[in-house]
Amino acid sequence: MLLSMTGIEKSFGGVPALRGAGIEIAPGEVHALIGQNGAGKSTLIKILTGVYRRDGGEISFAGHPSEVLSPREAQEAGIATIYQELNLVPLRSVTENVVMGYEPKAFGMLINWREAHRRTREILARFDIDIDVTAPLGSFSTAIQQLVAIARAVSLDAQMVIMDEPTSSLDAKEVEILFGVIRELKSQGVAVLYVSHFLDELFEICDRVTVMRDGQTITTRQLSETTKLDMIADMLGRNPDEVAAEGMTEFGGAAAKRGPVRLHAEGVATGPRLKRFDLTLHEGEIVGLGGLLGSGRTEAARALFGVDATQSGSIEIEGAPIRLEGPAEAISAGMGFLAEDRKAEGIIPDMSVRENLTLALLPKLASGGQIDFGREREIVERFIRTLGIKTADMDQPIRELSGGNQQKVLLARWLATEPEILILDEPTRGVDVGAKREIQAFVRDYVKKGFSVVLISSEFEEIVEGADRIIVMHEGRSVGELTNPGVTENMLVSALAQHGEGGAEWTRQ
Amino acid sequence: MLDESAFDLRRMLQRNSASVTVWAVLFALIVFGLLRYENFGSAYNITSFLNYNAMFIAIALGMCFVIMTGGIDLSVGSVAAFTSVVAAYLSPYGIQVALPGAIAAGLAFGAINAFFVIVLHIPPFIATLATMLGAKGGALVISGAQTISVDWTSNFTKLGMENAAGILPWTILIVGVLAVALWIILEKTTIGRTVLAIGGSEDASALMGLKVNRAKAFVYILSGGCAGLAGVFLASGFGAGQPLEGIGWELSAIASVVVGGTLLTGGLGSVPATVAGALLLGLVFNILNFENGRGTISFSAYWQMVIRGGFLFVVILFQARLMARHQKAAA
Ligand SMILES: Nc1ncnc2c1ncn2[C@@H]1O[C@H](COP(=O)(O)OP(=O)(O)OP(=O)(O)O)[C@@H](O)[C@H]1O
Ligand SMILES: [Mg+2]
Repeated sequence: MLLSMTGIEKSFGGVPALRGAGIEIAPGEVHALIGQNGAGKSTLIKILTGVYRRDGGEISFAGHPSEVLSPREAQEAGIATIYQELNLVPLRSVTENVVMGYEPKAFGMLINWREAHRRTREILARFDIDIDVTAPLGSFSTAIQQLVAIARAVSLDAQMVIMDEPTSSLDAKEVEILFGVIRELKSQGVAVLYVSHFLDELFEICDRVTVMRDGQTITTRQLSETTKLDMIADMLGRNPDEVAAEGMTEFGGAAAKRGPVRLHAEGVATGPRLKRFDLTLHEGEIVGLGGLLGSGRTEAARALFGVDATQSGSIEIEGAPIRLEGPAEAISAGMGFLAEDRKAEGIIPDMSVRENLTLALLPKLASGGQIDFGREREIVERFIRTLGIKTADMDQPIRELSGGNQQKVLLARWLATEPEILILDEPTRGVDVGAKREIQAFVRDYVKKGFSVVLISSEFEEIVEGADRIIVMHEGRSVGELTNPGVTENMLVSALAQHGEGGAEWTRQ
Repeated sequence: MLDESAFDLRRMLQRNSASVTVWAVLFALIVFGLLRYENFGSAYNITSFLNYNAMFIAIALGMCFVIMTGGIDLSVGSVAAFTSVVAAYLSPYGIQVALPGAIAAGLAFGAINAFFVIVLHIPPFIATLATMLGAKGGALVISGAQTISVDWTSNFTKLGMENAAGILPWTILIVGVLAVALWIILEKTTIGRTVLAIGGSEDASALMGLKVNRAKAFVYILSGGCAGLAGVFLASGFGAGQPLEGIGWELSAIASVVVGGTLLTGGLGSVPATVAGALLLGLVFNILNFENGRGTISFSAYWQMVIRGGFLFVVILFQARLMARHQKAAA
């Protein structure tokens, strides 16, 4: 075995996060680690890489007991890691983010930037990325940033690469590229520890899977001898038949009773990435934006919400033309926007779950400058319950929550304000299968009350099953429309394929 | 595909929009001064201006590194006062002893700051505030609250009062070499890039496996050393160790750094632009002095401060606008 962790214990302030967890990984093995949000996957990884100190248990790596004390030491021992909360510096250039700590040097001292840029381009080329590597990383999309993080880890010549939800913001095409790179690693004898909530993709790439639940590792199975249903049952700690009976996704996909037009956008353009966007959104309707990376989905959302100024085109709300100068106006016009980058645009790490959740709601909770704390707690409690947010109590700082649970809090923040038009960009990113279903059900209930939702997701399944209508987007234009019921993933893929080459290969399994 | 060998002026200007402003304003002020005042371009004015401002540039350089990590060093003024007294006491042994001795004292204060911030996890603002008070008290104690006259017979005052090869003041020469060295360190070495990465995101830098503590120790100790150097310049240029000097120097240094386009939250910054920022600050005073000298209007020292503050405000406002525009264009 390359890695063996046994009996790992870890508590945070008396609350146990890991209780006797363990995992074994062989050289050249791709090993999946799954479990519900808050099960302890990221914590187990961070103990291995020296971010956290363990309270008990044994770790041995490459035949030696491992006493790694910092991420640096883990890297030097041959463990490269892509953490769930991307470990990158957006202000600095792409090159710096890839080569930092391992810069090519002239005379053993001075960084050779020309060589560093060249090497970075070469590494990124493996991922089919051709970008200006001297530009700040933060000027690129979340997907590119995620690929850059992966590229950095892969370039470190490690014996084991850990990927904590590497595909959460990737499109089907990029996932394929990533899988190609993982296969390459495997053939070089590099082990990969792979955390994901997309259970289907595990079959394609992983050899074995270890399931975690409530801080314990429940079982390790051979992927070839297991089913998705078994895995979900293990994760939830329930009987597979029961799980099967409930179905996997909740989105109806059936067109709901839709009311009059609430928002109408025509020919909206904001720049090279959004050239022509048309949308009609009715009351009680979920409209999905389907497309690949760079098709302009996020840009369309930003335009609707007034983040990017429109250069041409018009937006009407309730029949009245409106010119949005910024998000504040969009909010007062009854809109909400859950942005895709939760770290940059969403959470305030040191504030509590409660404060993060009610941030946008405060004006409504206050009367005469007095906040109604009773009502605040009531609302927070309701969302913690309905979305299954795993938190010690509502006053825990949000940074201490697991990734998926942070995402749920952000979603709750917008849902709580009850905007007439809610734009959701990747609402279920990093959320486990069970919680995803609950969120989807919640959104469906939400539009039933007469609200409207614009849904963006890089998971075709979520769009196809969740939206009443799908606007197909390609290279900054809306190029077609599909109407439920009856839309299948294949239909969406072929609609995309008509506009870009090779679309059929891009299906996410 | 991007050809980086091609010199793309527009992109370069955009990337450095903040620094461009400070250079442009500095240049404009110099032209203004040359046209308006007869003696502005005289060798005497230039050398005395540079000589006087060398200590402020030194402090701004150290401050720039601290701020780039997202920290702050409020102790620089008091440390300079303290080390000027140390330098004065050591002056009989000559500059070859006084200079390293005073710098060592500055480095020691920097090490204390580094210890507070890195080992004890005290926020930099509070840690360096404590050191500021400590160094100030220390300076008063070792000097008995008196200015300490230097030994005029040794070579000590040459540093602050004479020119190298009869052209440039020694002080500005030393600061120039320091600035170039720090520029290279920032742009070309791992520790320099780590400083910027920490300011961008300390957590991410640690997870990337960068030596975060080493880089943080470096910036605080560097800043202490720069303050120590400024203390030597002070004692040597004015012929006395001055325990009561240095009040508000940290704010001027911060202003220089900010005018130079360095983000107060860290992660972005430039050495040359910081030097330009410090020169700009000094130049505003220089020009006000000339204005007073013309006798048309006369500004009191207090009004000079107000005018300088207002001027800085306008520069920073302009810069922020420019940056926001370019960020929008880039996004
Ligand atoms: N720094 C911390 N302080 C306090 N509690 C923490 C901290 N980090 C994690 N926890 C808690 O430990 C538990 C496990 O979290 P972990 O991040 O390992 O979950 P996960 O399996 O990675 O979930 P997800 O799928 O949402 O990423 C959670 O209940 C979380 O709230
Ligand atoms: Mg996690």
